[in-house]
Amino acid sequence: MTGADLPVWAAWLVVVLAVAGAAFSLTGALGLVRLRTFYERVHAPTLGATLGMALILCGSMLLLSLIEGRLVLRDALIGVFLTVTTPVTLLLLARAAAHRDRHEGDPDAPPRP
Amino acid sequence: MSRILPYPLLSAALALTWLLLNAPLTPGGVLLALLVGLAVPHVMRALRPPAVRVRAPATLARLAGIVLYDMVRSNIDVARVILGLRRGTRRTGFVAIPLDLREPFGLAVLSIILTATPGTLWVQYDSDTGRLLMHLLDDADGDAWIRRVKDRYERPLMEIFGCHPTPTSPS
Repeated sequence: MTGADLPVWAAWLVVVLAVAGAAFSLTGALGLVRLRTFYERVHAPTLGATLGMALILCGSMLLLSLIEGRLVLRDALIGVFLTVTTPVTLLLLARAAAHRDRHEGDPDAPPRP
Repeated sequence: MSRILPYPLLSAALALTWLLLNAPLTPGGVLLALLVGLAVPHVMRALRPPAVRVRAPATLARLAGIVLYDMVRSNIDVARVILGLRRGTRRTGFVAIPLDLREPFGLAVLSIILTATPGTLWVQYDSDTGRLLMHLLDDADGDAWIRRVKDRYERPLMEIFGCHPTPTSPS
């Protein structure tokens, strides 16, 4: 089966999943602009790295499974590795920001744990 | 057992990854996956990481379900905040949570859970006091979140990684 002769319901489902995932990622990017402080902003891109990523991967797995005529779960690995590695980046960013703010004596600096 | 399979979970994960990447199952592919699962963990021996023991698989499955639900719900909550659909004032701020969980693997999984649920940010963990500093995008009214992290995530993690809660003085 090629992409062209996909049943209509499947095509719609794939489109809905992909667009919903993209919408969550876009909302996350918008959050970077709209939110005010560093600590608020860090929350925003997580949208794209969690639900946005999951929805797009579900759409991709569904499409590939239908086209190849068997269950294709390869994309799930992207989700696993992304989920496992994102905390490292966020943790380093948060620690660096906390260190900077405390060092500068910023009144909004995080308290000591 | 431990000589041939020093890290059984790692072996299983590697073999499964190999099979997923080389998707249509062939006898040769399965054989290679088994070889990778058997051979590669021996490289890890040089680093001597402590082996992970999962003690409560049922709790693990339940926790996965809880996290999945929380992930979807908090994504929607944060999207509402960003798009300006949330009414009323937002209380953003830091919350310190006294954790009883000391197991490194448990803490690693907790950091993954807190990152996977937008709206919560792991800022700093102090291993001396066992206190975790979190930043919350919304509802930073303290106690509700402390209870949520401790009851929903920390207790199942302590069951899974087999450590017993030690009574700590309230702080």
